[in-house]
Amino acid sequence: MTVRRVMGLETEYGVLQPGRPLANPMLLSSHVVAVHAAARESGRARARWDYDDEDPLHDARGFHLQRAAAHPSLLTDSPTVPAPSGDGPQEMPRSEVEEYEDPGAANVILTNGARLYVDHAHPEYSSPEVTSPLDAVRWDRAGELVMLDSVRRLAANPALPDVTLYKNNVDGKGATYGTHENYLVDRAVPFGDLVARLTPFLVTRQVFTGAGRVGLGQRGEHPGFQLSQRADYIEAEVGLETTLRRPIVNTRDEPHADPARWRRLHVIIGDATMLEVATYLRLGTTSLVLWLIEQGEAGGAARRVLQAVDRLALRDPVQSVHRVSHDLALTERLELADGRRLTALEVQAEYLAAVRGALDAAGGAPDEQTLDVLARWESLLGRLADEPASCAREVEWLAKLRLLDGMRRRDHLAWDHPRLAAVDLQWSDVRPERGLYHRLVAAGAVELLVTPEQVEDAVVHPPHDTRAYFRGEAVARYGGHISAASWDSVVFDVPGAQTLQRVPMRDPLRGTRAHVGELLDRSPDARSLLAALGG
Amino acid sequence: MAGQEHVRRRHDDEPGDEPGTPAPAAPSAQARDAEVDALLEEIDDVLEQNAEQFVRGFVQKGGQ
Repeated sequence: MTVRRVMGLETEYGVLQPGRPLANPMLLSSHVVAVHAAARESGRARARWDYDDEDPLHDARGFHLQRAAAHPSLLTDSPTVPAPSGDGPQEMPRSEVEEYEDPGAANVILTNGARLYVDHAHPEYSSPEVTSPLDAVRWDRAGELVMLDSVRRLAANPALPDVTLYKNNVDGKGATYGTHENYLVDRAVPFGDLVARLTPFLVTRQVFTGAGRVGLGQRGEHPGFQLSQRADYIEAEVGLETTLRRPIVNTRDEPHADPARWRRLHVIIGDATMLEVATYLRLGTTSLVLWLIEQGEAGGAARRVLQAVDRLALRDPVQSVHRVSHDLALTERLELADGRRLTALEVQAEYLAAVRGALDAAGGAPDEQTLDVLARWESLLGRLADEPASCAREVEWLAKLRLLDGMRRRDHLAWDHPRLAAVDLQWSDVRPERGLYHRLVAAGAVELLVTPEQVEDAVVHPPHDTRAYFRGEAVARYGGHISAASWDSVVFDVPGAQTLQRVPMRDPLRGTRAHVGELLDRSPDARSLLAALGG
Repeated sequence: MAGQEHVRRRHDDEPGDEPGTPAPAAPSAQARDAEVDALLEEIDDVLEQNAEQFVRGFVQKGGQ
C-alpha cells in the first residue's frame, strides 16, 4: 500500500515576447533552451537527445547492473547495430558528419536529470523520474526555476529577445498545451481494465486538481469560470493523439523501461498547477488508484473492493469532464452506466473508500506519505462539500476564484472583463515579482510543501532513487564527454576511443545513488567510468 | 448554468446581510474577505496595466 511508484511530469510552458504577439514561438522557445545550455556549458559542445531509445526494440538491453532482467526476445539482431555482447556499455559507430543542429530541436539534459527542450512551439521541462508525489512536486518546482533562469538571462542580454513564460495550459483563443503525468504501471493490468477503472477518477479529480480558468468553451466564447484549464479540450475517452481529439487516457506506450514488466501510463487530462498541494495530490491520489487497480489484478480482497469501482463507470465520460469543470457548486450529478446519479465528490469518495478498503485488506502500516495523501484527500473531499472557501490554500481553482471573486465584488466586473482574464494568465507568470501566485505565496495565503532550499537543490541535483541519478550525475561530472542521452541511455564520446559507447539504463529503479554513487565517486573521468562499467 | 449562479449567490452573501448565515462560519468568512482585499491591493500593483492589450496579445500555438 503506497503512493510510491516511478512517476514524472512534463510541462509545456506558454511563451510570449512582451509587446510582440506575432513573435515566432518556436524561435523564442529555442532561445529559452539555448540560453540555459550556453550558461551551463559556456560554449562546450552539448549532448544531443539520443533518439535511439524512442524505438523500444533498440532499448531491449539491460542496464549493466541488472543482468537478470534483459529480455532476450527484444535483443536486436540487426547487423548494423551491434547486439549487446555483454551487460556493459555498447559500442556505437561515430557519426562521420557533424550532427545537424536544428534550432527547433534545441535540447538540454540537465544535471538534475530533467530534459529541457522545444516541443512544438513551447519550451518544455520534463522532470526526472521520481518515486513519490512529494519529490514530483520538488522537481516540478525546480522546472519553474529553470524557466525563470532563462527568462532572466534573456532579459539581461540585449542581443536576445525578452521572453515571459507561463505555467498554464490555455491562451483563451483556442490553443492548449499540455502538462502530462507519467506513471509506471504493472504490465499485468490489461489496458482496457486500466482505462475503465481509472476514467471516472480522472473525470472527477478536477474538483481538487483543477487550476481554474476564466472563460468557457475552447476559445473562451462564453463568459464564466471553470475548474479546469484542460477540460474543454478533452474530446475522446481513449486515444493515441495528444494534439487533437485529446483523450482522457492516452495510449502512447513507450515505457522507456522493460515493456514486459511495465507500461508507462501517459495522462494528458491534467492541468499545470502552481499550488504545491494541488500537484502533490494530483499525483498522489492517482498513484493510489493505480495501486488499487494493480492490487485488484493480483486478486485477493482488493478484487472485491474493485467491484465498487467498476460500478462507477460513467454513461458519458467526455461530457462529464466538461460538466464537472463547469460546476462551481460541485453539486451536478453525473449519470452512471448503472443508472445511478452521483456528484463528482461522491465518485471521489467512492474511490477513497475503495483505496481504504484495499488498504485494510492488505494489512501492514502504510508509509508516512501515503497516510498524508489519504488524510488530505479525505479532508478536502469533506471540506469541498461543506465549505469550499476553506480549501483556497490547497486547491488552485479556489485560490484563483477567491481573487477573481474579490475583484468582481470590489470593482463590479462581469466575467468577460479583460482584467479577470489577465488575472488568470498572469497567475502563472514564472517571475515572482509578476506572477500572481507568487504574490499569494509572499502573503502566506497558500500552503507550501517543500522549502526554497529543497527546490534550489533540485534545480542542479537529481533524485537519488531512480536512474535520473546516473543521468544527472553523468552530465554533471562527465558532460564534456557525453554526446547524447535519453531517458534510458547515456552515450559517451571519449577521446581516442574507436566508437561511441552507449550505457543503457533500462530499469528506472537502477542507476540510483545506492547502485552507482560509489562507482561515480571512484571514476575521475568518463574513461575510468566506462572501464569500471565493463566497457 | 448552476455553477455560475452559485458564484453570484456567494457574492450577494455579504457578511451580516443574511440572518440565516451560520454563525460559526461568519467570522472566518469575514476574515477571509479582509485577506482577499489585502491580496487584491498587492495584485493591483503588479497586474498588467493594459489588461485588454495583454489578454489580446497572449496568443499561443497549440501543443500536446
